[in-house]
Amino acid sequence: MITFDNVNKRYASGQDALVRVSLDIGRGELVFLTGHSGAGKSTLLKLLTAIERPTRGSILVAGQNICRLRNGQIPYYRRNLGIVFQNHQLLFDRSVFDNVALPLAVAGCSRRELGRRVRAALDKVGLLHKERQNPIVLSGGEQQRIGIARAVVNKPAVLVADEPTGNLDPQLSAEIMRLFADFNAVGVTVLVASHDLELIARMRRRVLTLQAGQLIYDGIPARETAYP
Amino acid sequence: MKQPTRNPAKGAGRTATEPRPPRPAGAVTARTRLSDRWHSWLGHHREMAAEALRRFFATPLASLMTAVMIAIALALPATLQLGMGNFQRAVAGWDGQPQLSVFLHRDARATAVERFTEALRDDAAVADVTYISPEQALAEFQQASGLGEALAGLGANPLPAVLLVRPAAVAEPQLQALAARLRDSALTDSVVLDMAWVQRLARLTELAQRISLGLGLLLALGVILVVVNTIRLHIENRRDEILVVKLVGGTDAFVRRPFLYSGLWYGLCGGLLAWLLVAVGVALLSGPVAGLAASYGSGYALQGPGLTYLLGLGGGAALLGLCGAWVAVARHLRAVEPR
Repeated sequence: MITFDNVNKRYASGQDALVRVSLDIGRGELVFLTGHSGAGKSTLLKLLTAIERPTRGSILVAGQNICRLRNGQIPYYRRNLGIVFQNHQLLFDRSVFDNVALPLAVAGCSRRELGRRVRAALDKVGLLHKERQNPIVLSGGEQQRIGIARAVVNKPAVLVADEPTGNLDPQLSAEIMRLFADFNAVGVTVLVASHDLELIARMRRRVLTLQAGQLIYDGIPARETAYP
Repeated sequence: MKQPTRNPAKGAGRTATEPRPPRPAGAVTARTRLSDRWHSWLGHHREMAAEALRRFFATPLASLMTAVMIAIALALPATLQLGMGNFQRAVAGWDGQPQLSVFLHRDARATAVERFTEALRDDAAVADVTYISPEQALAEFQQASGLGEALAGLGANPLPAVLLVRPAAVAEPQLQALAARLRDSALTDSVVLDMAWVQRLARLTELAQRISLGLGLLLALGVILVVVNTIRLHIENRRDEILVVKLVGGTDAFVRRPFLYSGLWYGLCGGLLAWLLVAVGVALLSGPVAGLAASYGSGYALQGPGLTYLLGLGGGAALLGLCGAWVAVARHLRAVEPR
């Protein structure tokens, strides 16, 4: 589903953020991406979401080479992608419902279909009863769940999350991870960047570890945290 | 499309050590039908137009200030244009129309002169003909010059008969053509066409038109710059929203739309206010102008900015607003990219 082939990324400052990264994530996999800050996690996600373009190498998503996308095609590519942010990126000038509806409004969904799908997404994250509220009054965990509802409302084939549990306590983090596992269970390919090693270890899924821009670990860790 | 049944108990996958095998009919990329998209596109236009209007009235004072700025900039050239129109109307009704003085040969016979005068009266290019006999001319001259006694001493009347011809058209080429035709007549000694003031008027009108055009262009540019600056602030204020919309797959057109409508509303409101300013100005001036005209025995009244001006100012200003918004969006939206 996601293939990185010898991807290099050098920023204009001369800093090498990714060095010859090759990886392959199959359809329907749930994969964690970890590493210290500055290891290249964010860069990898930026390449995947077409925010940045690689300096060398190619990135295939669902058979599409996203390095060859013209600027005008990028929005349509992103519609097949669900993105969850660390700071949720919710808009506080509108209700929970309107926040979640944004990707559908952008894609040009009919009003009736939009209502149905937004409620289904909110129901899945357990916040259907808060659809009329402003997200600013909700807790951090709830805000993140709304961010996830917004990411999945368009039924994307790939879900990408950047430190989704960064500001949450362990219990809320576990809840969020369970949500990702639920979406994965219905066939969504999920890539979660996180440095919460303990939580990742408990999930027992495939883990990719980056260090100084290089992929240094790719596998399923044993019961104990056996990776750097 | 068959949705697989979800198993929440196993969903978290805490017992499995292998990644879950892919489901055959798992997540399917959502597709939107074409007709839905079309309706949604129209709906989005409607929504954005309404939302931009809501935003306009959400900050009434700031919006009004921008609109008034646009209105003042547009009211100036509009007033000039309207003033010129009124001036030309006033001049057209003036009694001092161009006039051709046709001096006839002294030995022209009275019957021939009579026929010539009749023929001129029927001419389409001639509005009116007045015959002044040599005796009348002498009497007038005696009165006007105060040389009555000296002239009476002359043996014979030295003055010829004159036809005062008022042309139907006042434009210069037609006047020249008429003068040439009159000169060709066998009865005519000479034709005097007093063109100086006609020419001066035409030049002055042209000058005023140029000034009004230049001023109009300059102030239209001013309107565009005002809108560019206002929309730039709007873009700054909605930075977060633009970022999120771009990340969830909003096209540039989608992101642009609300700002373009904002520009349109600013322009339209400014244009309508400009019309109002001009209309109020005319209303304030019409009393004194009517009084002045009456003192000259004329029924002239100022013409206010009518429907033409309303449509022209409203439509033109809306277009300028749209242009300004477009410039702002083209320049500043590219700077708002997810990083």
